[in-house]
Formats: sequence, C-alpha cells, structure tokens
Amino acid sequence: MSVMKRVTLIFRSKANKALDRMEDPRETLDYSYQRQLEMLQKVRRGVADVATSRKRVELQMNQIQQQSNKLEKQARDALGAGREDLAREALTRRSSAQNQLNDLQAQYASLQAEEEKLTVASQRLQSKVDAFRTRKETIKATYTAAEAQTRINEAFSGISEEMGDVGMAIQRAEDKTAQMQARAGAIDELLASGALEDMSGTQRDDIQVELDRMGASNDVEFELQKLKGELGSGSAGELEAGAGEAPAGSAQQARPASSSNGEQALPAADVGESAIPSADPQRAGDGT
Amino acid sequence: MIVRILGEGQLSVDDAETAALNELDAKLASAVDAGDEAAFRRALNELLAQVRAVGKPYPADSLEPSELILPHEDASLAEVRQMMTDEGLIPG
Repeated sequence: MSVMKRVTLIFRSKANKALDRMEDPRETLDYSYQRQLEMLQKVRRGVADVATSRKRVELQMNQIQQQSNKLEKQARDALGAGREDLAREALTRRSSAQNQLNDLQAQYASLQAEEEKLTVASQRLQSKVDAFRTRKETIKATYTAAEAQTRINEAFSGISEEMGDVGMAIQRAEDKTAQMQARAGAIDELLASGALEDMSGTQRDDIQVELDRMGASNDVEFELQKLKGELGSGSAGELEAGAGEAPAGSAQQARPASSSNGEQALPAADVGESAIPSADPQRAGDGT
Repeated sequence: MIVRILGEGQLSVDDAETAALNELDAKLASAVDAGDEAAFRRALNELLAQVRAVGKPYPADSLEPSELILPHEDASLAEVRQMMTDEGLIPG
C-alpha cells in the first residue's frame, strides 16, 4: 500500500482523536486553545533542553581538547628527555582522545540540528496558534452553534495536524537528548575519575607520573643540597646521619603544647640532650 | 494540494505532480515491504527531494489540513512502519 496515503490516514485519525470534543463547540474551542498553548510551552522547553545538552557536549569537547593538548606536550617533553617509549604512549592516548573528540563533534552537530528544527517548529506552531485564536474569536462572535461546529472542524484539522507534528518532533528531540545525556554522563564520570587522562586504561596518567618523577628526582637532589647547606651552617653535620626524621614528627606534636618555642624545638630535638632546658617530657622520651 | 513533510511543515504542490510522487511512493512502499534499509533511505530521500523541488512553502498561519503527510527526513524504516500502523505515531 502507498506509504504516503497510509501515513496520512493514520496520522490524521490519531491527530483528530487527540483533541477531545466537548458538548458546547465554543468550549471545545477554548479547551483546544489551552492545549495549543501547553504544546507551545512544551516545544519551547524542548528547545531549552536540547540547548542544555548541546552546551554540555561543548564543555566536554573543551575538556578533552585540553587533555589532548596536555598529552601532546607530554609527548614533546618525553621526547626531549630521550624517552621515546613514553612519547609513543602519550601520542597513542592522544589519538584516543582525538577519536572521542570527533565522536563528540558529531553529537554536537546533531544536537544543533535538532535545536534548529525545534526552533522552527515552535515558530510554525506559534503562527498557527495565533491564527487559531483569531479564528476562534470570529467563530464565537459570528456563528450559531450549528455553523460553529463546521467552522471549528475546519480550524481543528489544521491545528491538530500541526500539534501532532510538533508533538512527534518533541518526542524525537527528547529521545535524542536522553541518549546524549547518558553518553555525556558516562564521559563526565570518566573525566571526574581521571580515567580519561589515561586512554589506554592502565594506570592513572602514568606518563605524567614518570615525567614528574624524572623531573622530581632532579628537584629532590637540589632541595637536599639546599637543606644540607642551611642546616650545615647552623648545627653540625649530625643531620646527615639520618636522625632528622622521627624528631621532626614529634616536634610537630609538641607544637600545640609549647607554641612559643616550637620553632626552636626542631633543632633542639635533633641535637638531643642538654641543649634546651624547656624541652617537654614527651620529646625527651622520643629523643632517646 | 497541500503536502506536509513531518518536521518541516506544509508545502503547496501542483496536482499535476501527483503522478510523479505516486511513482516515488511506490518505490518507497516496495522498499518498506522488502525491509531493504538502503533502498528505503534512497526512496524516501528521493520522494522528499521531489516534494521540496516542486512544492512552495504554505503559509505558516494557515489552518488548512494537508492532503498528504510524509515521514520526516531521518525517519528509520522501523519508524515508518510504525507510522503506517496505529502504534507510536503521536505521543499523548
């Protein structure tokens, strides 16, 4: 059977059924007009929902773009440090991020198209609702009840067709938005967990960890030398024996008890016994 | 006659075009019957393109019903099948 005719038939009968008829045709007019206004609201809400979804995808695109840029910089840094293996890993992940980005771009375009369609649909419905309102007033003012029924039927068939069309458009947009939101939610979770930083799904951004470690070991050496210099000028070389760690902890515990001389307490504990008389019992205990 | 493409609005199409549209419609119908997704897509695009080519936009503030109602452009085969039966066409 003809697709056009079948679709038309079914659509029309459904659309007409959707509008309940009341006993007084004039009441039907007002009731229908209310339904139309509700539908207008619904389609406008639909536009807003799609826009929200689109903005969310946009946000994610930005985040993933940043991630991709970061991975590219990591690859550069790794190569600069002579670590081709790390650079290769970073570039692999970058390509995953890029794939994700392409996917999001397609989603974004699709939401944008949906938003435009709904916007146009809402303008179309608005025109028809305005026309209906005018017609409604004319019918109410001019015709007898019997005549009104005919005129009303005419006005109804046009508006109910539009309502049906817009209703379907809203439904489609809602379905699409729901799908996108599910996917967007999954990506948000990934971003929040940091898992997206590691596209290959092993450890959390281990490239950065390794780069940091390479950088950090230099920094640690530097800091160590600096500390040695500072302490070396004050108290003697005993620090290097490794006595520094435990007393440092106990000095911090001691601070609330004797906050005024807390600063002095650190070297005092290190040096040990007789140097500072104010040392409290707890610290003395640790010192031994 | 007035033709509506769902999601796009109404167009005014000269009655002389009916034969051409029927021909494209027959192709669409056989693709739907055969469940051939690719042929369906082709036929639907062709039909809608033809309507757009020969039709003129009908005033948005008209309350005239359409003589023919066509599926929206990105309708799937399954959706069109649904539109041809009583189910799932108009929400509410």
